Amino acid sequence: MIPVCRLEDLPAGESVRLDTTPPVAVFNADGELFAIDDTCSHQDASLSQGWLEGCLVECPLHAASFDLRTGRPTCLPARRPVRTHQVYVEDGVVHVRLATAEEGSAA
Amino acid sequence: MRPPTAGRMRTVTVVGASLAGLYAARELRAQGFDGRLVVVGAEPHQPYDRPPLSKGFLTGACDEGQLALSEAEERAELDAEWMLGTRARALDARGRTVVLDDGRALASDGVVIATGASARRLRGPALTGVHTLRTLDDARALRAELVHGPRRVVIVGAGFIGAETASSCVTLGHDVTVVEAAPLPLAATLGAEMASVCAGLHARGGARLVAGVGVAGLRGTARRTSEGTELHGTARGTPEGAELHGTSPNTSAPHASSSGGAVTAVELSDGRLLPADVVVVGIGAAPRTGWLAGSPLALDDGVLCDDGCVTTLPQVVAVGDVARVGGLRAEHWTSATEQPRVAVRNLLAGRTVEAARPLPYFWSDQYGSRLQFAGRRREGDTVRIVEGSPDALGEGGFLAVYEHRGRRTAVLALDRARPFMKARRGLMAAAEDRAGEYGEYARDAAREPARM
Ligand SMILES: Cc1cc2nc3c(=O)[nH]c(=O)nc-3n(C[C@H](O)[C@H](O)[C@H](O)COP(=O)(O)OP(=O)(O)OC[C@H]3O[C@@H](n4cnc5c(N)ncnc54)[C@H](O)[C@@H]3O)c2cc1C
Ligand code: FES
Repeated sequence: MIPVCRLEDLPAGESVRLDTTPPVAVFNADGELFAIDDTCSHQDASLSQGWLEGCLVECPLHAASFDLRTGRPTCLPARRPVRTHQVYVEDGVVHVRLATAEEGSAA
Repeated sequence: MRPPTAGRMRTVTVVGASLAGLYAARELRAQGFDGRLVVVGAEPHQPYDRPPLSKGFLTGACDEGQLALSEAEERAELDAEWMLGTRARALDARGRTVVLDDGRALASDGVVIATGASARRLRGPALTGVHTLRTLDDARALRAELVHGPRRVVIVGAGFIGAETASSCVTLGHDVTVVEAAPLPLAATLGAEMASVCAGLHARGGARLVAGVGVAGLRGTARRTSEGTELHGTARGTPEGAELHGTSPNTSAPHASSSGGAVTAVELSDGRLLPADVVVVGIGAAPRTGWLAGSPLALDDGVLCDDGCVTTLPQVVAVGDVARVGGLRAEHWTSATEQPRVAVRNLLAGRTVEAARPLPYFWSDQYGSRLQFAGRRREGDTVRIVEGSPDALGEGGFLAVYEHRGRRTAVLALDRARPFMKARRGLMAAAEDRAGEYGEYARDAAREPARM
């Protein structure tokens, strides 16, 4: 369980990157929180730097798009999903529970 | 919905089995073409990604498996005939037959030209240790020379591929010098102000940049000719018109396979000699149109197409590095992946019904920094930094915008992916607003089928 930041520090439309191994991206998509692996499954871009639209994040390098709910890519060039992680808020602080290696993959 | 002409096309041949060719094959199937789909590719390899060749593949951070652009399962679903290791030699006068190098003729109702570009080389006898970097085979050959301890590497040309290769060589612990004929590398693309900022990356990264001086030739060790006399290999510094007639099946095959001597130095036009064990020539690429010489297509620095990737023949479209679309030829990964959707739509419609999205975008990774550029900068545009600082290279980077009479024309970012993306989207939206005018053009085009 990893504390991320205070909820008010992650307003809607914003994202934050956790320096874990591998790094994790946490998003506030219109009030709903999601966490996925930060490194795009295509090459090496950071998805926390991506463009958030609804439940989709677009990779800032070659525009692959991922569904934050499942981690699945919705278009090329990504062909593999990224892992998803659990997010919850406790005492106003956002936390992430990292998926184990087998968990978190919708594939 | 399946376009009406899709059924009338029985065979479509895609020439070039790389990025743009693969995306075209995908689009043909996605847009309902269910006839015979043939993909002809000169290289023996399944489609692979070129950008990592000068980056992670050279440093060893990524392996050949990671370069693959498609998996066996997807290729099976595409239901295409892959003729790999096979070159197209000609397109007939009606643009309906693709002639292969073994003499076979492929009758085709539609043709997608995706033959890309090939690396320009220096004129002169081939010397071992001299490389270009365009293909997987090039990259394998270069990498093989870089994994046996520190070497003196001279890169000729400080364009994007030259700079990336230099950066990768520094990462591998080599002694790297980059020679650039122009006083400032990348000035034509980025403008003088931003180009001088980016030139600073070389020094920061640990490579020497020698700019404003040309290469007079390459020096090599003596080699024995068939007559038994000793010769000194000297290659001229002028670029060779790469593959003028498309007669060589492997213009970008590694130089190392030649029987010449080994390179020892690069001679500069001011007389200086730069000792070198390895030389990488990165002086640009030429579109591979040689095989189309006898066809009716208009060729001028690429295959000339209208805004919708359609050539002078309505059943022949061109995409990727080889295509000059609406007057502009881009050598960018993103153009090669975006044009095929529009090209295929127009091919199946039998005329231009849609224009390709016209905002160029590329990225480049150098010395641990990521540079991203989008838009069309013109000579005389002003540029200003709107975020970060160019003095803080590598510490948060910066975002710069280019403007012409107050209107934004392009945007450049160094390590600022997020604001760059926002700015790029803004430019895209503005370009699409202007492209609304294209509706007029499309209606005219519909009334008047033959046009260029
Ligand atoms: C080392 C390197 C690094 C790059 N880095 C970047 C980057 O960071 N960012 C970016 O935006 N772009 C980059 N690019 C550019 C990008 O890779 C190209 O824009 C892209 O590959 C173009 O795709 P294409 O399919 O049009 O052409 P190509 O990839 O050149 O493919 C053309 C294919 O057609 C084949 N062919 C040619 N003639 C014939 C024939 N007569 N018959 C049959 N087959 C034929 C060729 O063998 C080749 O396989 C880089 C390119 C290189 C080489
Ligand atoms: S790195 Fe994300 S799409 Fe390429």
